[in-house]
Amino acid sequence: MISASPSSHSKSDTSVIGQLARSVVLCLLPLIPLAITTWLAMQFEKIVSGETLTFEIAWVPSLGIEASFFLDAFSLTFALLVSGIGTLVMLYATSYMTGDLRKWRLFGWLMLFLFAMLGLVTADNIIVLFVFWELTSISSYFLIGHKHEDATARASALQALLVTGTGGLAMLAGLILVAMATGTDQLTEILDQPELIRQSPFVTGMAALLLLGAFTKSAQFPFHFWLPDAMSAPTPVSAYLHSATMVKAGVYLVARLSPAFAGVPFWDFSVIIAGTVTALLGGFLAWQQTDLKRILAFSTISALGTLMLLLGLGTTYAVQAAVLFLVAHSFYKGTLFLVAGAVDHTCGTRDITRLGGLMRHVPGLGLAAILAGVSLAGVPPAAGFLAKEFVLKASLGSDWPELLTAVVFLISLFFVMVAGLVVIKPFFGSSESLPQMLHRPDARLVLPPLFLGIAGMAAGLLANVYGKPIVAGAMAAISPDVKIKSLALWQGWNLPLMLSLVALVSGGVLYAVRQPMISLFAPLTRFCVVFPTDVYRASLAGLNSMTRWQSHLLQDGRLRVYLLVVLITLCSLVAGTLNVVNLPTEASWLPLKPYEMMMPFLILCATLMAIRAKSRMAAICALGVIGYAIALIFVIFGAPDLAMTQLAIETLTVLLFVFVIYRMPRFATLSGRKSRVRDAIVAIIAGGLMSVIALVASMSHVPSRVSEFYANNSYTVAQGRNLVNVILVDFRGLDTMAEVTVLSIAALGIVALMRLQFRSVSDSTDSVKEEDAEVKDDMDNTKADTESVERLTHDSHIDNDSDISKRNP
Amino acid sequence: MEVVMAITVGVLYAAGFYMILRRSLVKVIIGLALLSHASNLFLFTVGGLTRNGTPLISESGVMEAEVYADPLPQALILTAIVIGFGVQAFALVLFKRVFQTVKSDDLDELTTTEQAEVTS
Amino acid sequence: MRSNILTTATGFLLPLLLLFSVFLLLRGHNEPGGGFVGGLAAASAFSLHAITHGVRPTRAVLRVQPRLLMGIGLWVAILSGLPALLLDLPYLTGQWAGWKIPSIGKLGTPLFFDIGVYLAVLGMVMTIVFELVED
Repeated sequence: MISASPSSHSKSDTSVIGQLARSVVLCLLPLIPLAITTWLAMQFEKIVSGETLTFEIAWVPSLGIEASFFLDAFSLTFALLVSGIGTLVMLYATSYMTGDLRKWRLFGWLMLFLFAMLGLVTADNIIVLFVFWELTSISSYFLIGHKHEDATARASALQALLVTGTGGLAMLAGLILVAMATGTDQLTEILDQPELIRQSPFVTGMAALLLLGAFTKSAQFPFHFWLPDAMSAPTPVSAYLHSATMVKAGVYLVARLSPAFAGVPFWDFSVIIAGTVTALLGGFLAWQQTDLKRILAFSTISALGTLMLLLGLGTTYAVQAAVLFLVAHSFYKGTLFLVAGAVDHTCGTRDITRLGGLMRHVPGLGLAAILAGVSLAGVPPAAGFLAKEFVLKASLGSDWPELLTAVVFLISLFFVMVAGLVVIKPFFGSSESLPQMLHRPDARLVLPPLFLGIAGMAAGLLANVYGKPIVAGAMAAISPDVKIKSLALWQGWNLPLMLSLVALVSGGVLYAVRQPMISLFAPLTRFCVVFPTDVYRASLAGLNSMTRWQSHLLQDGRLRVYLLVVLITLCSLVAGTLNVVNLPTEASWLPLKPYEMMMPFLILCATLMAIRAKSRMAAICALGVIGYAIALIFVIFGAPDLAMTQLAIETLTVLLFVFVIYRMPRFATLSGRKSRVRDAIVAIIAGGLMSVIALVASMSHVPSRVSEFYANNSYTVAQGRNLVNVILVDFRGLDTMAEVTVLSIAALGIVALMRLQFRSVSDSTDSVKEEDAEVKDDMDNTKADTESVERLTHDSHIDNDSDISKRNP
Repeated sequence: MEVVMAITVGVLYAAGFYMILRRSLVKVIIGLALLSHASNLFLFTVGGLTRNGTPLISESGVMEAEVYADPLPQALILTAIVIGFGVQAFALVLFKRVFQTVKSDDLDELTTTEQAEVTS
Repeated sequence: MRSNILTTATGFLLPLLLLFSVFLLLRGHNEPGGGFVGGLAAASAFSLHAITHGVRPTRAVLRVQPRLLMGIGLWVAILSGLPALLLDLPYLTGQWAGWKIPSIGKLGTPLFFDIGVYLAVLGMVMTIVFELVED
């Protein structure tokens, strides 16, 4: 739809229609997700009352795969986030991408991602889920690599694709195991019978594979490194895919499968450990960055880890905290990314050491940043505050209260520092080194983050009034036996609130003294940043060298080695599957007739002669003998048509062979004795295998019903008495037509080959050298090319002329 | 009879495989021809052997032979024979042009591209 | 490969072999024969002529370029399937006229299809043979 518009050419800028079409598409871009959001909001009442909307279409009926979708409270939460933030991001992108020649491609991928993500969170069939999962990875790949002339962007895109793609494949394997254990591929039906999964002997394997998918997608340690690198994408993409929606797909998967897997020790253990490590690592690295986007990226990693940790705990408080934090994080992180993009757009830099005092210049953005920063730091009355209260409650109520509370407290500290870095420093910090303001951001750059920031604030204020049913519904989807607690902002003076306040204050203090701390932690930082990336690079390099090694082994450029590999593989595969045991013991074989033995005998002798012949002519003659003997066999066994064809073809083949091979060199024995013996052994084994196959096949031969149909209808319907010919020209006429076409193409190919002017090696050596010299000058090369083309066409002209003269002698 | 035919097919295949594994171009072509013969005969054997059972219907509209050969494999083989001719002709011409260009019939000398040949 | 006897003989053989090939083509629907065999027989006849007389005279005898023959053959085969479409039947369904032509037999679209095959095969083989024998 989008790529169809003639936009990327600057030529069409002058066309009125083109401009009009582009403005229409530009307006449609945010309107499409807006329409989806509206529709979803209209389903709100129905969903929160406990209803589940389902929808299905037959997709691959032959495999029993139906594209089925369902919408419950948890899916609706996600879908609303996806489409709602999608609306704002689209609106924002139309302004942000102004002047980018490839923006239409970006819009296209964004739109694809939007639908893929919606499909992912509503898919009921696990295959459908997987397809959408991979679609989001692919659109993410293209969006990260948007500036494809930049090598870093390309490498980041590939890294993200490889990491999440590998995880996706593992997840597919896990999903298939789950489907095998439960006998269904519908997610809802799978979740209805968790006992089947828990009793399965492969439960640990399933959990490991599924978690691999979830962890790679949601950037959990040790797969977190792709996310900061993915910041090469344009900011709207980072805001949308790499913080608010796509990276939460792994969280969605873990949450979705919790009813089935929660309680499985491996699952709980892995999720908690990965979540904790990721949350701490992300937070620890976040406040040491200087690039706005990288700060936000690491804090996103931290948030994703926190979500995983909560899902792993699985208590009432933890699940409620997970749902609240999920929503709150999407709001404030989306806002902050959009602000960062707008700042970058306005000032031309995202480096916080150079930014400061922006509040006076862009108050709208500043307000949005404050709203989001308040939520990020966990200050009331923002949604982030509510979420953090529950996170603290969850950690206090867990099995390891001291340890986890310390972890959560640390994360809160980090978040406060991040809030300071991305809000206070650029908007209120010293502005002596502020680069020149490039241009003021227009409304489309300011309103979306502002709106999102206000929404985050409103969510906190209104949660207890309107939010309860949907939170309760989402919680029920994650864990069936939890009951929702009050969502009131004021929950009395309790330990979590105290901890919150302490974190806020000490976070503020740490923010002020962060510079010395960075140098203090430098070695640890280096280890955390470098280590996983190194492993990734090393494994990539290892894969490359392994591929090189095996292609060198199997495909060394010599035809006979290729063929040997193919033959040996074929033999071992066929021999492995050939069923010689259950054959009918009494096959109705034709009795031998002595005179008929002449033909096979003739063939055997001629074959030997063809192999052993020292002269080319002898070999050709032997070939001819074989062909004619086969024709005689056709005669004996009731195939006169074949016999005639074979005779004619054999004559023509021998003729061609004589004409071509006569001009080729004499037979030379080029291979050594050793390789000849080896080849002979392989050939004899393969030939013997073909013998066995022929025998087995003819033993179990049953006259086909198709042939019977032809016999019965040939005369009555097709009015022909020669069955073979009737099949060729009538019953299977289309096949014959295709065959004749193929033959004609082969003939044309031969003509082309014969007429093509090749350079012999000695010539080409010279001309290649010449071309090397010419490489610098493209013009010359093109000229040479056109010349050679002209020469070709000229040649064919001559041929045509001579044809004409031949025709009229 | 089927056993004899199966052995014949096997010998033809073995010879064909052996020949396409040679280094000499000309021998590879001979091997291709042998494989083509082998495949036709293989299909014919597998399709079922019947003596004198030409699949023809008499003027009165009934099959001439009581036990008649299966016409379907025959139609298949007929096309296979003709296609085989096209393939062999193409291979012949291809090899001929290769020989003209490289001036050698040793396949091992075809392992490198033009560019690499210049540098080596 | 010049031999006077062979050259003279093929001069006489060519029309006879061509006649035989047409015979094979026409009887193909009811007796062994058909477009493939007929086309190959005709091609053999021309090839024999080309070997003994050289390519140039054979081209003269053939009159049209073999490539053209190939194209015509394909078109005839393609067009022979169209009448069925007019009658709202699947493409290439055989249509037969109710009456017979003496010594040829019933007339129907499969016959034209076979003629197309005949021409295409003849054109294909002659294209190849001319290319290879010419230089």
